[in-house]
Amino acid sequence: MNPWPFVIAAYAVTLGGTAAIAFAAWRAMRDADKR
Amino acid sequence: MTTLHAFANPARFLKVAKPLTPILFWAGVLLVAIGCWAGLTRTPPDYLQGETVRILYIHVPAAWLGMGGWSGIALSSIALLVWRHPLAGIAARAIAPVGAAFAALCLVTGSIWGRPTWGTWWQWDGRLTSMLLLFFVYCGYVALARADAERGGDGRIPALFGIAGTVLLPIIRYSVVWWNTLHQGPSIGLTGSSIDGAILWPLPFMLIGFTAIFAAIVLMRMRTLLARAKAEARMRRMARA
Repeated sequence: MNPWPFVIAAYAVTLGGTAAIAFAAWRAMRDADKR
Repeated sequence: MTTLHAFANPARFLKVAKPLTPILFWAGVLLVAIGCWAGLTRTPPDYLQGETVRILYIHVPAAWLGMGGWSGIALSSIALLVWRHPLAGIAARAIAPVGAAFAALCLVTGSIWGRPTWGTWWQWDGRLTSMLLLFFVYCGYVALARADAERGGDGRIPALFGIAGTVLLPIIRYSVVWWNTLHQGPSIGLTGSSIDGAILWPLPFMLIGFTAIFAAIVLMRMRTLLARAKAEARMRRMARA
């Protein structure tokens, strides 16, 4: 079994998930500051 | 403790949090970038696990932050109940969804690692099941804290839930010692590690980097909750006038 697709998937999920959470937090903060 | 009390003042907190947020975030991004580069290209494959050992560099920080996040909720809950710090409840509410996300990332990356290593995506063993329970407890806390805030509660009930949930942390930590699990035993401790240094060295970059990003996200969420509370208080004053 080629391990690289699993390694790449794990990194993509973690980095993508972290970026999505950070972006959502930043956008919510920006919107709340505008109010 | 005096310093902690000083930062319980929202105005003082914001004065520090505003410049600290981008510093923590971008320092975290840099460290994670170094950790990814090193973890994917500069370390040798493990003699047993082969290349899948590289998942360790993201799985361990996710597990650390999933559990560390709950420790933060518990400490904030104690501060809320004992000292009535105005920021303590906000800190706990800010941490909860982020901690839940990292607990979920820990479960997903563990599952992705398990398929080529164990031959299965999931096993109902002590470590995996207790981590899944922590994720559900996080979800319960998020719902409870939101309901409490919407009803104008003082945050004491979510705080009690936050303290009670800490019972899961030693269960997760020692699950691999107490029960015969598929998950390997503890390989990283306070006194050292059984993992060879040639494989281990990128891990501190990832641990510190993800912790800094986690802290920056929590600060952003705290600033959001404070700004919303301020706007709601202004609306109430206007409605009364």
